[in-house]
Amino acid sequence: MTTIAGERVGAARVARGPLRRFRWGVSDTLTVVQRNLLAYLRIPEALFFSSVQPIMFVLLFRYVFGGAIHVPGVSYVNYLIPGIFVQTVAFGAVSTSIGLAEDLQKGLIERFRALPMARSAVLTGRTVADLARNVVVVLIITAVGYAVGFRIQTNVAAFVAGLLLLLLFAYALSWGFAVIGLSAPNSETAQVMSFPVLFPLTFASSAFVPVASMPSWLRGFAEHQPVSVVVDAARALMLGGPTASYVWQSVAWSVGIVVVLAPLAVRRYRRA
Amino acid sequence: MTDAVIEARGVSKSFGTTRALEGVDLVVERGTVLGLLGPNGAGKTTLVRILTTLLAPDAGTARVAGHDVVREAPRVRAAIGLAGQFAAVDDLLTGRENLELVGLLYHLPKAERKRRAGEVLERLGLTDAGDRLARTYSGGMRRRLDLGASLVGRPSVLILDEPTTGLDPATRVDLWGFIEDLVASGMTLLLTTQYLEEADRLANRIVVIDHGRTIAEGTASELKDQLGGDLLEVTVADPAALDRAVELVAGLAHGSPTVDRVKRLVSAPATGKAAAVVAAASRFQAEGIDLEEISLRRPSLDDVFLALTGHGAEDVAAGSGERTASAGGAPARRARRAS
Repeated sequence: MTTIAGERVGAARVARGPLRRFRWGVSDTLTVVQRNLLAYLRIPEALFFSSVQPIMFVLLFRYVFGGAIHVPGVSYVNYLIPGIFVQTVAFGAVSTSIGLAEDLQKGLIERFRALPMARSAVLTGRTVADLARNVVVVLIITAVGYAVGFRIQTNVAAFVAGLLLLLLFAYALSWGFAVIGLSAPNSETAQVMSFPVLFPLTFASSAFVPVASMPSWLRGFAEHQPVSVVVDAARALMLGGPTASYVWQSVAWSVGIVVVLAPLAVRRYRRA
Repeated sequence: MTDAVIEARGVSKSFGTTRALEGVDLVVERGTVLGLLGPNGAGKTTLVRILTTLLAPDAGTARVAGHDVVREAPRVRAAIGLAGQFAAVDDLLTGRENLELVGLLYHLPKAERKRRAGEVLERLGLTDAGDRLARTYSGGMRRRLDLGASLVGRPSVLILDEPTTGLDPATRVDLWGFIEDLVASGMTLLLTTQYLEEADRLANRIVVIDHGRTIAEGTASELKDQLGGDLLEVTVADPAALDRAVELVAGLAHGSPTVDRVKRLVSAPATGKAAAVVAAASRFQAEGIDLEEISLRRPSLDDVFLALTGHGAEDVAAGSGERTASAGGAPARRARRAS
């Protein structure tokens, strides 16, 4: 018998040429997105409680701490909501690390890596699914924000631009948390590993209180770190004031984070 | 003419200072089953990961289904099916959805995906459970679904890494049945296992590896023949007589005896069939040593493994230097793979 082992490759096709590779990359990503979003529908409790948490934050800062915080020139609820948006989507990005750590732990990543699918699809599929989830969360916060007195001070277009800006930032953060998720031994550890990064970024920022109220040693960090930049940009777009510089800075941060951390995540994935 | 579907030459891999594989050669011919046998940490999984393109070797080459695992990795992935040590199953999808997901990632058209998912469920006896979430499945069902996922792409080569580790004995026998059916349909199979019984039952040829090296290769009966004949086993009633028993057995056998002091068991390779038992029994009687049991049996792969590596297949897993498992001992008692 002289058949060359490999003729049966016909059983599964191999991507030939850059165009087909790109098409498969997109279709594999959508497949993974669909699979990840389906998981949210299968445990509605998780979806419910992940939206409850940001609502609690809104209520906590609006009604518990809000009375004690005075921001000159603006009502606290208007000051707060853009900050809550950014804090919430940043927290949401942790789900990227938890989801990947879980897939890794269960051996699913191993399975995916041995399939003739696009290598990037597991990561892009995960980050895009988490972005979709963040879109839903942002809509919920918008509604809750309106219910507790938040009002757009500019116009709807600028408000939407602000949302897009902070969703872009969340998407970028997802790649960072992907690195954590792929480095963690299990999903619980991925979660606790994420918080030491997340807490200083979200709380030592302009999200909840003006940076000017912080001690000087903290102020330098708080003023220039990416969460503050994005919050300031979103605030400017939603409430008014000079926007250009903040907007460009936050786009630069988001792009920069992806450029640096996405290759790192891909490398981790390949070695997972 | 040889028709190697899997061919590894001098494959080496180190992790830091740990040398997981040191120049392993391996050939699996079309339509045959090769059992890769070794204790935990022998390098079995590392070799599987290299053959399935999940890991690049430091040295050596490997071809699977005619393609180099490093340079032509996508082609290898398209030709193989892999079921790893974990049941890599998405708990939040149904059995059928799990299989259709894999079909989607093989870029199969929708009708074909559905057809194959149905076929695989049928083949593995999961049709009734197909529309239930996988998290409701038992351990055996999950393994079957995992095996099923590796079949969706209609691979010509199937690689199973410890497919039955952690399963109860009855479920293991079930799974063996499914694997035997696959082999009967002409599939080429590489199977790693730490269960000698499993290799004995499923594999045409066996490669034994330990500490990253191949230490023996052949059919089960060739490996057993290496021990040189049958095994004479004597269990003495009184532990005090054990040393004398060793001397007696040494005189009767043609190899050096091994002793299990806990079981008061002395065994050694012997020729002469039944006559050897008679001769041994009369010598012990003449010395006045009471025997609980005396027997002559064909060596098991356990014995082969012990002779080759100096330790039993499960001892390493159990973390004990003492030989603990008897030949063909209850698999349930065997140590589970340390994760």
